[in-house]
Amino acid sequence: MTALAEKPPVTPTRPALRHRLAERGIDRTLLLLVPGLVFIVVLFLYPFLYGLGLSFTPDQGGGPFANYQKFFQDPYLRNTLWTTFELGLPAALINVAASVPMAFKLRRPFRGKRTLTTLLVVPITLGTVLTADGLLEFLAPSGWLNKTLLAWHIVDQPIELVHNYWGVLFSLIITGFPFAFLLTMSYLSGIDPTLESAASTLGAGWWERFRFITLPLLAPGLAITFCLSFVLAFSVFPSAILVGDPSGETRVISIAAYHAAREQFDYSMGSTIAVIMTVSMLIVIAAVLLWRGTLYKGATGGKG
Amino acid sequence: MTVRAQQFTELRLDGVSRSYGAQTALEGLDLTIKCGEFVALLGPSGCGKTTALNCLAGLLPLSGGSIWLDDKRIDGLPPEKRDFGMVFQNYALFPHMSVRRNIAFGLRMHNVPKAERNKRVDEAISLVQLGEHAAKFPGQLSGGQQQRVAIARAVALQPPVVLMDEPLSNLDATLRLEMRTEIRRLHQTLGLTTVYVTHDQEEALSLADRLVVLRSGSVQQIGTPEEVYAHPVNRYVAGFMGYRNMFELNVIESNQSLVVLGADGFKLTGVNCEDVGAGGGIAAIRPEDFVLGGTDANRLEVTVEIVEYHGRDQSVQGTLRSGEPIYFRTQGRVAPGDAVTLSVPQDRVLVFSPDSAPPPDPAAT
Repeated sequence: MTALAEKPPVTPTRPALRHRLAERGIDRTLLLLVPGLVFIVVLFLYPFLYGLGLSFTPDQGGGPFANYQKFFQDPYLRNTLWTTFELGLPAALINVAASVPMAFKLRRPFRGKRTLTTLLVVPITLGTVLTADGLLEFLAPSGWLNKTLLAWHIVDQPIELVHNYWGVLFSLIITGFPFAFLLTMSYLSGIDPTLESAASTLGAGWWERFRFITLPLLAPGLAITFCLSFVLAFSVFPSAILVGDPSGETRVISIAAYHAAREQFDYSMGSTIAVIMTVSMLIVIAAVLLWRGTLYKGATGGKG
Repeated sequence: MTVRAQQFTELRLDGVSRSYGAQTALEGLDLTIKCGEFVALLGPSGCGKTTALNCLAGLLPLSGGSIWLDDKRIDGLPPEKRDFGMVFQNYALFPHMSVRRNIAFGLRMHNVPKAERNKRVDEAISLVQLGEHAAKFPGQLSGGQQQRVAIARAVALQPPVVLMDEPLSNLDATLRLEMRTEIRRLHQTLGLTTVYVTHDQEEALSLADRLVVLRSGSVQQIGTPEEVYAHPVNRYVAGFMGYRNMFELNVIESNQSLVVLGADGFKLTGVNCEDVGAGGGIAAIRPEDFVLGGTDANRLEVTVEIVEYHGRDQSVQGTLRSGEPIYFRTQGRVAPGDAVTLSVPQDRVLVFSPDSAPPPDPAAT
């Protein structure tokens, strides 16, 4: 007992520098971030800021906002924004809405699940050009669809489904759906299936189970899926040209930007349009994420 | 307390079977459960007990047999039409709803008017003593509290039958004991007919009015806890009921009530439980039935190997002369390396036929 009292008092020593740095999250693993940071700075941040600066220095002069004024005053330019929204929003909505029942059905294992999933995901690998080519073959006035409809006397005249709005919308759905589907499926598989069992033992039928259990838990995931689908669809370019009507009905904003920069060689205007495009997307995403913020986003695995 | 069980006479399972492809998970389960009874389905994992419960709940279709609630055949009804309450192993609380809304969910689904609904939710909440947590979300509760919510949610509808699927297996030891008492208390106050699935024989013995011991999908024994504990029908049930020592020996002589078994240098006399005649027999003995020293006729020479201290007594693993391991408990003090003599009264040695089921996998019990 006395030995304890006689011990010299322990002087508190400063922990080693390494430990103090590690405490603040600074250690050698930070080096792992270097390639990513270099990539972001060189290939994204610099070109983006350069473009942003370019958009405020119009070739024709007239102050930093001259290009922006011109965009919103010229209906030919302004309308490209609405055209893009008219394509992007429905395409994203349809993709998300269609992926929910599909993912719901495919969530549980069954025979042929792999084949079906593969079939649904294949369009990702096709690329826009091949899809557009296929659509032209299939939906054209002399394509199989119209031939069939005519043969069965469902229509008297071939319906116009390509080189207009519908062609582009179909193309966006075909190429965008697999992304929406895969994302939705992964969100859905994160929801504990016993929650639905529990709801059913409490008297909830299939619709009530979906409405009160699955959908609220899936909604935050659907919001993200919608944002990504929307961004994909909003930057539509090849299909708007290949299966659309690039000088009229489907003159989307990316075509306007391309036109300004590459055909009129007005890089400043091209940058302006690109910035407007970015800001428009960000507004939609911000609105969706704001709504998502009001949802329950915690664990969905049942166990607390 | 106005949470009351709905009345019925009996719930009858008639040859209920379930198979997955070629694999039989449950084979011809016959069981009649009286109103107000607490029945435990007991067995290791994979014995079919959860399958039986899911069949009862309607979450799994039967591959054979039928289920009757009095005169009403219910095995064709989907779970939402059966109105049985169910408590899941992982609680399955709706994470996006508060405790109150979780408990109210069933009442909402049954279109119970709001005033009545609020009253019944309040009752269910006070029944499981969760008053101060009513506004919280499941993620903010401890395991024991979540379990209480799950139970309150299942009983708020006043179901005729409550099904519980290993409700305590995710809790730590202390909480498990506490919730066990809680479940017993609920059963006593509400008189709820309960079917309880567990792999823990202690839980089953302490809670149930009747036990159903299952193994690989078929029933081994149905009886009161006393019957199953004291008179297991075969070596499998015995192994599950704590008869940890199973010695396979040769029969020296046997009659209706007693069997004498022997092997290298020792003889054991025990109760003939399974009509053991000539040939081999299995002597099943609980570790706590051995007496250190002793001069009874059933004597065993044992070398002590591993000693675990348990406070009141010690749990000891030793070896017989034949090299076979033996487990016993003693309040005396022994140390590894000691040579001791154990004896066991002949009525504590149960002799089973070796042809019946092998003992359960200890890892699963």
